[in-house]
Formats: sequence, structure tokens, C-alpha cells
Amino acid sequence: MTLVIPAHLLEAIQAQGEGAYPEEGAGFILGSTHGHTRTASAILPQANLFEVSERRRRYRISPQDMLRAEREADAMGLEIIGIFHSHPDHPAEPSAYDLEYSLPWFFYLITSVREGHAGESRVWLMLEDRSGFTEIALRTQTATQSKEA
Amino acid sequence: MNLLRIPTPLRPYTKGQKQIPVEGRTVEEALQSLAREFPAIEPHLFDETGALRSYVNVFLNDEDVRTLQGPATPIGEEDRIMILPSIAGGCP
Repeated sequence: MTLVIPAHLLEAIQAQGEGAYPEEGAGFILGSTHGHTRTASAILPQANLFEVSERRRRYRISPQDMLRAEREADAMGLEIIGIFHSHPDHPAEPSAYDLEYSLPWFFYLITSVREGHAGESRVWLMLEDRSGFTEIALRTQTATQSKEA
Repeated sequence: MNLLRIPTPLRPYTKGQKQIPVEGRTVEEALQSLAREFPAIEPHLFDETGALRSYVNVFLNDEDVRTLQGPATPIGEEDRIMILPSIAGGCP
């Protein structure tokens, strides 16, 4: 499976993580699914609603914001294909807490932000038995490649 | 029969359907009705003890049932039911 994302969207996700630092940033990835490939076409950054004292290592998006995002995606002819969030000063790997709250099917794009600078971004999908995650290939697409596609 | 709205990540378990007709007089019975028809959805709604997973919120006419009577909240014929997950995660 693969997540294809235009370079400017990945840059916007990483910039949101840097802007939220030292707290976690998060949001929705909107796009479409074709077989084993999902293509991102928009992002909806969200407010981190976790208690202020815990936002350096936790994020939460409210169910009402989830509903609004689903309706916005519908209106754009897209669907929510995943969630992005940052891990301040930690690797771009899912934690046990990520697993506890993980939803099936969504791609989880995690960006490591160290000392305020975004590093690597990696994508994960929870296994069907909820025992862990499998890594998903991330392919960035330049504007030229998007026009050719 | 009430219509139960399914969030995007759970639609693969309902053959892509956004709304499912469910039976039951309470929220819990409605969710059980859903799980009977689509058994693969069950582990993503309930934990090993049978309790609703912490990210699963059920709204009855835009009200979180946790603020009503929880899973025992009665449902009427005209009530709209929605499963809406909280999205959360974080560092180790």
C-alpha cells in the first residue's frame, strides 16, 4: 500500500508540526483511494484539544471536529484517508498510546519534530487484529508529476 | 428501525455504507444489532471486556450518550444515532 502526497501538502504538514512545537500538531488528510494507493489532495489542520499540560506528548481531535471534517470532505468529493500528527523530539514511529486510540483503515502520518525542525515523516496502518502497525510507503509528488498524472 | 451513521474508517466493515438500519430499544442494543450484522466491526467498537473503546463516542441527536444514560440510553423511532470517534495519539 502507498500514500501519494503532493510535496506542498507534506511541507504544510511538516510546517504545522514545527508551528505547534513543542506541542503536538495534528489534522486530517483528505483524498481518494484507488486499489492499494491513496492519494492526498488536501489537509485540514486541527486544534489540539488535549489538556494543555500534556500537549507535548498527546493530541486529541474532538468527535465534532471529525464530523465537520467528514462533511467538508464530502462537499469536496473526497474522503478522510488518514490523520497526521507530530512527535516532538521523538521518532516518527507509533507509540502504545497511538495504538490504543488507533482507528482501522486510516493511514497515520507521523512527523518527527526535533528542536523545532521537522525531520522524517512516516506512514502507518494499524493491523486488523490491533496488535501493532505496518509501515506504508510514502511517495511525494511534485507539481510537475501531478500534472503528468 | 433507526439509522446509525458510520464514520469513514469503519465503513470498510459495512460494505462502504454510511448509514445502517439497526434494531434495539437502547443505544447498546443498536450497537449490538450493528455488530451482529457486521461482526468484523466489533473489535473496533468494544474492548476485550465488552466495554465501548475509549475513542468510540455515540451521539443521539447531537448529544453524547455519555451525558445521557450511556449505553442504556433509550432510543425513539425518530432519533438519529451516530458513531463518532475521538482522534487521539501521541509520543511514547
